[in-house]
Amino acid sequence: MEQAIATYKEEAGELLAELETSLLELEETPEDNDLINRVFRAMHTIKGSGAMFGFDEIATFTHEVETVFDMVRNGKMTVTKRLLDLTLKSRDHIAYLLGCPIGEEVDRSPGDEIISGLRQLVPQLEMPQKGSTEVPAINLPGLSEEELSNECTWRIRFRPLPNILICGTNPISLINELRELGTAHVVAQFDEIPQIDELVAENCYIYWDIILTTSRGEDAIKDVFIFVEDDCDIKIELIDKSGLIDRDEGYKKLGDILVERGDLSPVEMQKVLMLQKRFGELLVEQGIVSPEKVQSALVEQQHVKGVRKERGEAPQAEAAASIRVPAERLDQLINLVGEMVTVQAHLTQVSMAGGDPTFIAISEEVERLTNELRDTALNIRMLPIGSTFSKFKRLVRDLSSELGKEIDMETFGGDTELDKTVIEKLNDPLVHIIRNSIDHGIEMPEARKAAGKPSNGTVYLGAEHSGDSVLITIRDNGGGLDRDTIRAKAIEKGLISATAEISDREIYAQIFAPGFSTAAKVTSVSGRGVGMDVVKRGIDGLRGSISVDSVRGTGTTITLKIPLTLAIIDSLLVKIGKDHFVLPLAAIEECVELTREDIKNSHGRNLANVRGVIIPYIPLRQHFLITDQRPEIEQIVIADIHGTKVGFVVDHVVGEHQTVIKSLGKMYRDVRGVSGATILGDGTVALILDMGVLLQSVEELENAGV
Amino acid sequence: MAKLIMTADDSASVRQMVAFTLKQNGYDVVEAVDGKDALNKLNVQKVDMLLTDLNMPNMDGIGLIKGVRAGALNKFIPIVMLTTESQDSRKAEGKAAGATGWIVKPFKPEQLIAVVKKVLG
Repeated sequence: MEQAIATYKEEAGELLAELETSLLELEETPEDNDLINRVFRAMHTIKGSGAMFGFDEIATFTHEVETVFDMVRNGKMTVTKRLLDLTLKSRDHIAYLLGCPIGEEVDRSPGDEIISGLRQLVPQLEMPQKGSTEVPAINLPGLSEEELSNECTWRIRFRPLPNILICGTNPISLINELRELGTAHVVAQFDEIPQIDELVAENCYIYWDIILTTSRGEDAIKDVFIFVEDDCDIKIELIDKSGLIDRDEGYKKLGDILVERGDLSPVEMQKVLMLQKRFGELLVEQGIVSPEKVQSALVEQQHVKGVRKERGEAPQAEAAASIRVPAERLDQLINLVGEMVTVQAHLTQVSMAGGDPTFIAISEEVERLTNELRDTALNIRMLPIGSTFSKFKRLVRDLSSELGKEIDMETFGGDTELDKTVIEKLNDPLVHIIRNSIDHGIEMPEARKAAGKPSNGTVYLGAEHSGDSVLITIRDNGGGLDRDTIRAKAIEKGLISATAEISDREIYAQIFAPGFSTAAKVTSVSGRGVGMDVVKRGIDGLRGSISVDSVRGTGTTITLKIPLTLAIIDSLLVKIGKDHFVLPLAAIEECVELTREDIKNSHGRNLANVRGVIIPYIPLRQHFLITDQRPEIEQIVIADIHGTKVGFVVDHVVGEHQTVIKSLGKMYRDVRGVSGATILGDGTVALILDMGVLLQSVEELENAGV
Repeated sequence: MAKLIMTADDSASVRQMVAFTLKQNGYDVVEAVDGKDALNKLNVQKVDMLLTDLNMPNMDGIGLIKGVRAGALNKFIPIVMLTTESQDSRKAEGKAAGATGWIVKPFKPEQLIAVVKKVLG
C-alpha cells in the first residue's frame, strides 16, 4: 500500500506539472475547450485518487477547484486572468498538501483564501450549497444495512432479461446472496424456454420465484439486485410480517396466492373451484397454470406456514413484556405490603385467640396470600446487578492506565437480581474494593512477568445466588495479601494481641479496621487507610458480611454476602422481660437453653458449653439494663457473625416472624446495636437488633475493662 | 485455485492499490495499462473477472467492455467499471456495453472486495 501511495504522489506530481502547462497555455488561448477539459480531468484524477489514498485535504480542496472548472467546461463561466491566477495558486497548494504526511495538521489558510477567491468569481446563482464541498460518500450495496428486528416474508419474482449472462452476471449467485439474508425457498420457472430451434444458447430464459423470510429490510433485498435492476424485472412484495398474524387463519389458499401474483384471474379461479377437485391438479389439468407455477405457489404456502408455526412457538409480543414504573410507586407498594403483613399478623393473632375454626381458616388463607403478595412485590423491585458491573469496567480501565498497569476486567452473573436499594448501596463498597485490587493487588507488568504470570492482570467481578442472599465476589490474580505484614501492623495498632493464635481469615479481616493500611506510600488511588472500613460499614449497613481469602502470589478473593432485600426480612422474635426484640434469621444457627446451673458452672464468665464447643454469649438483659425478674431457664440464640459463633441470651424465643423494617427516627439513628424497628401483630413495637454491632460494642467495652 | 482478476487502469497508483487489495484477499492479479493492452491480454489469457477504469488512453473502458463481450475467451466474465460520481451517463453507457457492475471512485479497499465477491458469486 505504501508503494501505491508513493506512486500516487509521483502521478499527482506529473498531473500538477501537466496542469501548470495547460493553465499557461490556456492563458494564451482561453477559449480552447480541449485545454479546459485537460485541466478538469487532471483535477478530477488528483481528487479521486487522493481520497482513495487518504489525502482527504487534497480531495476536499481539489473538489472546490474542480467544481469551478466544471462550470467553465459547461460554458457557465469564462476563463479570466484572475481565475488562472487562482488556479495556479491552487496547483501550488496541492503540491504543498502532497508533501504533508497523511493525518498531520496542515496549513489550510492559503487553501481557504484560494477557495473564497474562486467563489467570488462564480456567478451567485451557480454557487453550490455548502456541504457539497465534501467528497460524496460512496454508496455500496448491503454494506451498512441497519437490521430490522422484525422478520418479514417477501415474495420476490426475479425475471432477468435474456442478455443477463452476456453481462457477466450469474443469476444463481444473486439467488445465493438472497439465501444468505434469511430462509429462502426458490422455485425456477421454465415456461419461457422456447423451442430448440428458436433457442439462443447465450440467453437466459429461466426466471425465479423466491419466498424469503428475513429480518433485513426491503433495501437489503434490493441491494442484491443493485447491478441488475435495469436489466431485470424484479417484483418484491411483502406477504407476511411478524405481529400481523391472525393465528387461527393459517396461510392463504393456493388460488388466492396465484391470483395475488397475477398468474390466475379471480374469474378463472371461481370457474375451476366449481369443479371441486384438488385445486392445484385441476389448474394444471386445465392448462390454466403451469405445474411449475402451482409448485411455486405451494412452496410459498408451505414456507409461510412454517415460519408462522416457528414464530408461534417463540415468545410472543416481546415489546409488551415489560413496563416502566416510577421507583417511588414501587416503594409505596412495598410500604403498603409491609402494612398488610403487619395487619395480617394481627389478624392471625386475633383469630387464634378466638378459636373459631372458620375464622382461623380465613386468616390462614389471608396469611398465605399476603406472603405471596409480599414475595411478588419484593420481586418487582429486583434489578439485575449487571448495570452496576459495567460501570466498573470504566473504573478499571481508567485506574489501570493511571497506574501504568495492564488490567482486564471480567464479570459474570450480571443477571443476578438484587433489590434496587441494595444495588445502589453496593456501589461505594465495590468501588473501594476494586480500587484496592487494582492498586495493591495487581502488580506492575514487569513484576508479573518476573513472577512468571501474564503481564495482564485480571479483576473478576461476579454475582450469584446463595439461599436468600447474593454472593458478590471480587477476585484478582495479583500478589495476594501479605499475612505477616498485616499481622504485624494489626499488633502494632493494638487490634490483635501479639500472642493470639488466630486464623488467616481473621488476620485478613483486619484490613477492614479503620485507618488500617500497610501501603508504604500513599498513592492517588489508595493507601491512606480509609476505604476498607467504609466497605465494612457499607456492607454492615446492608446486613451483609465480608470474607477474605488470599493466597500469596496468586491473588485475593473478597466475597460479600448480601441479603436479597432490605424491606422485609425473615427474623426470630424474642422476648426479654416485657419487651420484644427481633433478630435477623439469616445469621442464626440454633437456640439452646441456658439454666441457672449453667451460669453457675461458668464462674461468671459468659461462656456456654454447646455439645462440647465453648461459645461466648452476651446477656442482652444486662446489656439493655432490663431489671425485672429473669426466668429460671433462659435461651441462647446462637448466631454466626463474620465466622465467629456468638450467643445472645434472651428470656423467651417466640418464633419466626416476618419483619417489616421501619427505620428509627433521627433521635435514635445512632443507637448502636439497633438497626430499626418493626410493628408486631398486636401493635407493639419491637426493636431489630444488629448482632454484629452488638458484638462489636460488647467487645469494645470488655477491652476498655468495664 | 485462486481466481485471476485483471485490473485495467492508466493510473499506476490505482492499479497498485487494486492489485495490493486483491492479493491481500487471496486473488491473483494481472495488470493492464490501458484498454488496448487489456484487450490484447484478454484475447489470449482466461481471467475470472475484469476491473476497468473508464477513462483510459488508446482504448477507453467502454471500448474495452465491448471488445471483451464480442470476443470468445472471456465473453461471459463479470466486468466491473471504476467510475466517478460525475460520470452517471458513462455508467449507463458502460452498462449498455455489457458491464456487470460498477464501483464509484474514490472507494475503500473493503468496498472493492465487497463488489468483487458479489460479482464473482
